[in-house]
Amino acid sequence: MAKIVAVTGNEAVANALRQVNPDVCAAYPITPQTDMMQRFSSFVSDGKVKTEIILVESEHSSMSACVGASAAGGRVITATSSQGLALMYEILYIASGTRLPIVMPVVNRALSAPLNIHGDHSDAMGARDTGWIQIWSENAQESYDNAIQAFRIAEHMDIRLPAMICLDGFIISHSIERLEYLEDEEVQKFVGEFKTVNPLLDLEHPVSFGPLILPDYYMEYRRAQAEVADKVAKVTREVAAEFEKLSGRKYGLFDAYRLDDAEIGIVILNSAAGTSKDVIDNFRAKGIKAGLLKPRLYRPFPFAEVGEALKHLKAVCVLDRADAFGASFGPVYLDIAASLYPYKEKPILINKIYGLGGRDYLPQHAEDTLNELVGIAKSGSFKIAKEYIGVRE
Amino acid sequence: MKLKNWKEVTPGSVIKEAGNSVKFKTGSWRSFKPVWVEENCIQCLFCWLYCPDMAIKVKDGKRAEFDYDYCKGCGICALECPGKKGKKAIVMVEEGK
Repeated sequence: MAKIVAVTGNEAVANALRQVNPDVCAAYPITPQTDMMQRFSSFVSDGKVKTEIILVESEHSSMSACVGASAAGGRVITATSSQGLALMYEILYIASGTRLPIVMPVVNRALSAPLNIHGDHSDAMGARDTGWIQIWSENAQESYDNAIQAFRIAEHMDIRLPAMICLDGFIISHSIERLEYLEDEEVQKFVGEFKTVNPLLDLEHPVSFGPLILPDYYMEYRRAQAEVADKVAKVTREVAAEFEKLSGRKYGLFDAYRLDDAEIGIVILNSAAGTSKDVIDNFRAKGIKAGLLKPRLYRPFPFAEVGEALKHLKAVCVLDRADAFGASFGPVYLDIAASLYPYKEKPILINKIYGLGGRDYLPQHAEDTLNELVGIAKSGSFKIAKEYIGVRE
Repeated sequence: MKLKNWKEVTPGSVIKEAGNSVKFKTGSWRSFKPVWVEENCIQCLFCWLYCPDMAIKVKDGKRAEFDYDYCKGCGICALECPGKKGKKAIVMVEEGK
């Protein structure tokens, strides 16, 4: 029987991690993640989990300790935000290249400078091509559910890649929402016993990790890693189907909201999708065929499925909560554009940058965007390809 | 040795075969070559002890020839060699000369 509670996103994910009961956690505090790992370390102190906590002096060290513990053969977690994720950068590639299934909640926050502690997606977007799996979450419930499923996906014998669970800083991490917990035993049964692959602590079968790979072999290893990435979508679907049987909550590669017969649509990640869906309902009530696509598995990006889901629309706006300085458009826009490129008939695409550094995304923003899309769908042309919304001009 | 394709390499570049560095001959990296001058050798085996690549062979407890397949020419053996009466038993000679 599911337990219904009122909790913050951080508390929900901390409890998911408690229920999974990992072997090792090496984490360093950073706003807005701090509260999550503080709660988890209380579980350790109170004997609620058997996890060994490694106290480190930075995120570079926390990810390095995770790499060591994972190579040793443990189920390993950490969590971070913003500058912390940026500091982990070089070790992120080592974790994925060494195929270590570390699980890491990332509580999305803006990057310095200027210094800002509030929610945007710049941190995780900077790590989107590090070889990590990225699963994005709209609310506390999704963050909790994704955290549990992430272990199964990352640790799957066909995958063995590290995974980030992304949730919006403060908006989700610190807001209290209604949430359904699974029972501890259910979660433990779902994630199952951790299976090791070539663990360093297996002294009967000595192995070397992290060798120098010269030009005669480097491309073969990279090609092999790309092949693994191609399998993630299938496993994500399988795990989601099993999770639905357990929880009654349905997940896929992305959330297609009222999209089937839609003519105009919004593509948006995480918490702002919730706001947008409400506005889409209002438009639908007025007889306007609006829909929404919210990516869930953002890396590896299921571009074929996304393209298929969006190709029939007339006009689409991709809203990015991160900028890509010097690039033509925001990061999500570029992925959507690439997904749609193969189709002869495809929607007109525009891009808006919103909500940087915790700037509110209001229903009015979704409304203005949808009204603009109505005009674009009608006229077949657009005025502004990329703009910043909610900014003082 | 036939090189493996991308489907044959181990996940995460883990090396599962202990001691396989013997398969990787590093002697070609050398630009200076140590040469053993037997008449100056006092059989102290310091060279054998110090060599980081196990490129000095010992036979029946006595100093034998270099294993040039693995000697990178680092020169540690020549540096450590006490020699006899001020004359080194290992001297470094430029390759190709």
